[in-house]
Amino acid sequence: MSRLLRLSVNGQSVDVPAGASVAAAIAQATLHFRRSVRGTPRAPLCGMGVCFECRVRVDGVAHVRACMTPAVEGMQVYTDG
Amino acid sequence: MAKRFDVLVVGAGPTGLAAAQAAASHGAQVGLLDAQARPGGQVWRHDVRHQAPRAAREAFATLDNVTWLAQHSVVANEPQGLRVETPGGSELLGYNALILATGARERLLPFPGWTLPGVCGAGGAQALTKQGWPVAGKRVVVAGSGPLLLAAAATLRAHGARVLGIYEQASAATVRRFASQLLHWPARAAQAAALRARLAGVPYRCGSVVQRAHGEAQLQGVEVDGPRGTQRIDCDLLAVGYGLVPQVELAALLGCALQQTGKHPRVRVDGLLRTSVPGIFAAGEITGIGGLAVARIEGTMAGHAAAGFDQEAHALRAQRDKARGFAALLDTHFALDPRIHRLADARTIVCRCEDITLGELDGFGDARDAKLATRCGMGACQGRLCGSALAELGRFPRSGSRPPLFPARLATLAGHTSLSPSDDAYRGS
Repeated sequence: MSRLLRLSVNGQSVDVPAGASVAAAIAQATLHFRRSVRGTPRAPLCGMGVCFECRVRVDGVAHVRACMTPAVEGMQVYTDG
Repeated sequence: MAKRFDVLVVGAGPTGLAAAQAAASHGAQVGLLDAQARPGGQVWRHDVRHQAPRAAREAFATLDNVTWLAQHSVVANEPQGLRVETPGGSELLGYNALILATGARERLLPFPGWTLPGVCGAGGAQALTKQGWPVAGKRVVVAGSGPLLLAAAATLRAHGARVLGIYEQASAATVRRFASQLLHWPARAAQAAALRARLAGVPYRCGSVVQRAHGEAQLQGVEVDGPRGTQRIDCDLLAVGYGLVPQVELAALLGCALQQTGKHPRVRVDGLLRTSVPGIFAAGEITGIGGLAVARIEGTMAGHAAAGFDQEAHALRAQRDKARGFAALLDTHFALDPRIHRLADARTIVCRCEDITLGELDGFGDARDAKLATRCGMGACQGRLCGSALAELGRFPRSGSRPPLFPARLATLAGHTSLSPSDDAYRGS
């Protein structure tokens, strides 16, 4: 098993293997990645950067696609769930 | 100033990797870019737990001879080259020849409940699992159509998921006819047998369609309609996809002529994979869904041709045509049952970005009218999902491709090569 990275998702600590995506880290804590324009909860659909359902705030930057972003030690992630 | 390459390749899946390698073998200065952080595309996507197949590792090893540009996303076409966004800024990449290897995305079709967290594509579930998504012990239903379902199920299982069943929409008779054809494709037959062995004990049900997903805040179960009636299956994850569609957006933006295959466009190319625009080549899935074997051969052909070695490219045509034959077989046997086009009802959301239901689109005959009146297709995915779905449902095709190709920062569009610290607070928001 590879080295683990620790990230914060909505203030909660989660561990993922090195090479994992931010999406995988978030899924350890919650399935609610964002709220749609009419307020329904959403989670990743395509896993490859096309659908934008996984967009979250990473280290203060909004609208980051979690499935396209490699997890980095110490990252602060906030969902809109 | 633009960086300039003899040959620039967009997309680092099997097609792009083969193209870059072939072009570099002739001494060309080659740039290979991809929006993802690692090469491999979808089929050779990095798996946090398992080693990549040998062919993929060999392809990655050849990157030494090319300039590998990770997390480079093309957003626009400018006179000097392609405007590309990176996590830290933007660049302008010039080229003498351009190879488009932008691959495919899943054909994701609406049905009641498909926006619930816990519902994702079949390839989507496979991609997320490889990224480290926690699936161990989770109850998963895999559904949709085509061989990708087997591959997705095998990946899920290798990561510890409990795959409750694979539900294929094609009828048992059709799938049997397809299997009998595999005799003519020994390598494919071996591949299929290996996949089935990895899925021993997992039910494979034909003529079966997930018609509804249930749940409040997230998925709790699905309703499957099959030859023996409708059944409810409780599950944590639904992986559902109906095959693939070519990703032609960049080609369209560059002015390359497209042609329709069924309901979805692909890039028109000649025998040497030249598009209608001089100096621009297209290879692999964007010239018509063909699978891994076609992707690798066409990538190599395009790499040779883009470097000016037409004979080497030409020599691979027969091999490519044969590999395309298998793709044609898949197309015929896994054609979609019309009942899949009727799954969405008037209240089902079609445009997930703007929450527009199918009923709200009644009466619109083209994408532009629908967009102006309802905002359908105006969200972050820029109509990629709803556009392909509405074309599939026989409503109307997607409207043309315009820059920026993906949502981009203003600094990128203004041509700023790096972000100042103060931009951090604003970018993307």
